[in-house]
Amino acid sequence: MTSLPALPGDAPAAQEEAGGWTGWVRRRALRSFPPDQLLPDKQPIYVASWIYVFGVATIAAFIVTLASGGVLALRGPAWWHGSSVGHFVNSLHLWSVELFMAFMVIHLWGKFFMAAWRGKRALTWITGAVSFLASIGTAFTGYLTQQNLASQWVSTQAKDGLNSVGIGAYFNVLDFGQMLMWHIVLLPLGVGILVVAHVLLVRRHGVVPPFPPKETQDRAATVDDGSVQA
Amino acid sequence: MRLGLLPLSPINLDHVGHYVHWGVIQISVANLLLILLMVVIFAAAILLPFPGTRRRK
Amino acid sequence: MTAATTRAHRREADPAAQPWAGPKRPYDLVKEFVVALVVVSILTVILAALFSSPDDKQLTLAQWAKAAPNDFVATAATELDGTSGSATYGAPYTHDKSAAQKIGPLAPQNWPGVTIPIDAAQDFVVRPLQGAAVSPDLQVALKQWTSGSADQQQNWAAAYDTALAAVPDTDPAKIAAGDYGPVPVMMTQLLALAQSGGLDGALLAQGRFYQTDYTKPLLFLADGTYLEDLARAQHLGGDQWGMMNETGNYPGQAWLWLYTFWYQVKPFSTSGNADALVWSVMALLSLVFVLVPFIPGIRSIPKLIPIHRLIWRNYYRDVEGRSA
Repeated sequence: MTSLPALPGDAPAAQEEAGGWTGWVRRRALRSFPPDQLLPDKQPIYVASWIYVFGVATIAAFIVTLASGGVLALRGPAWWHGSSVGHFVNSLHLWSVELFMAFMVIHLWGKFFMAAWRGKRALTWITGAVSFLASIGTAFTGYLTQQNLASQWVSTQAKDGLNSVGIGAYFNVLDFGQMLMWHIVLLPLGVGILVVAHVLLVRRHGVVPPFPPKETQDRAATVDDGSVQA
Repeated sequence: MRLGLLPLSPINLDHVGHYVHWGVIQISVANLLLILLMVVIFAAAILLPFPGTRRRK
Repeated sequence: MTAATTRAHRREADPAAQPWAGPKRPYDLVKEFVVALVVVSILTVILAALFSSPDDKQLTLAQWAKAAPNDFVATAATELDGTSGSATYGAPYTHDKSAAQKIGPLAPQNWPGVTIPIDAAQDFVVRPLQGAAVSPDLQVALKQWTSGSADQQQNWAAAYDTALAAVPDTDPAKIAAGDYGPVPVMMTQLLALAQSGGLDGALLAQGRFYQTDYTKPLLFLADGTYLEDLARAQHLGGDQWGMMNETGNYPGQAWLWLYTFWYQVKPFSTSGNADALVWSVMALLSLVFVLVPFIPGIRSIPKLIPIHRLIWRNYYRDVEGRSA
């Protein structure tokens, strides 16, 4: 842990508090994420399977979705109906979302069967699961704001589900303006924050190790039954 | 088919959808293929050797 | 004992929580990310170029009124006599608390109250006609309507709606004679207004200049059967697993399979409270999904179905082979 060099006459406690709030944030950040833990160039020997690429593949697809969405935003929500370039960008946006959801679910299957929440990694699982649900919501608002027949049908159907539990009173799927702003501002921001938190948690706790090998399972009473140690 | 701009794509998916019926389940061929493909990719990801894994002598 | 020491003791008890002390291998995360980004970008471009994306044309009220005028007039009649889907919906559109869906004794639909007020007769019929009242016939009809009492208006509208429903194909030209007051003229003029495109503008604008809220035109459209017929032809209906589907042969939203599944089976498929019940079930299952690490049984499945033995087969071969 870095700290300011002691000045003559400094009490030891004063060194810890040097730098005010900024110093505190810096020390906390470095303690939680030492640089070679934040960006390691090695991984444990067991990180050796193609299943491990689906997390980063999901993030890559998310970035392509954001970028294609950004291009759609340049010319506005009606552009793609009348322009073949716009329609192609819309196609990029649709297929990057299909890839995003497919890769995310494959990543989820892998993480489930690895019981990746073990070893105090429950929050990693939780942020991932909530990201999944938030992504579904983001895709949903996307379908609502296409401004075509599908949007007209999806919105008039979805209103019944949301109204039945009181949510529709505030989240009006028939209000194009509201749904567009949720789709391009609030939900991508939410998903982005969750993804960043998720990745930082993986860097902090490390990739979950395998279940103990067979001979140690036979010998010792194991706590590693898939449960989370609080 | 009511279309905005006809997509100029080699594979035109804009005609009546094909559906598979099995009991209470109705699923589009497109969705079914997608799900099967995901399962195949999952299995392949687990079974295919990953570069850098050295076999023991 | 300090908090740090307690935490250290707990970590010792849980081998999976300890920092990895075993062998490592080089692993270039940044390179992996860049390669993933390039590969996914190329894959996206290929898929977009090969398959494009669906864009079934929006349905205007004008198109509906021209393609299915009988359905349009029948729908307008139900708006006028307050029997349409929107008019009898309850919260958040109307004040009928008994219309709400229930989950057991609870009716959360009612809790926020009416936040998007809809007066079906005024919003969908009378006000658009008043805004477009050019012909003398219509002016006379509207004067007759507005000078009638609420009971008189209801009698005219309900009589017309009932008589129209009895006509095959709900063709207004074949309606039996009766005391409908100004309603037949209002319906004919509303149809003409819709067919000219004026109703699309009137329902959206609501007297304003800028507008981004399509609540009224969409509710009116959904009260008819034409939009639903178009949707069902594409397998988008609720009882057709429609939530998962996309128009044409495109893949849709496969991830909604469990949400839409419940609508296909009893008791949900025959319940008037289906939406509220399915939402509750899915909210509960979503919570279970998020909290898997804490749920006994579910969290043990990975140990019972040992796919992890395949994923980590090299590691197990090395470690178990060594100790054999």
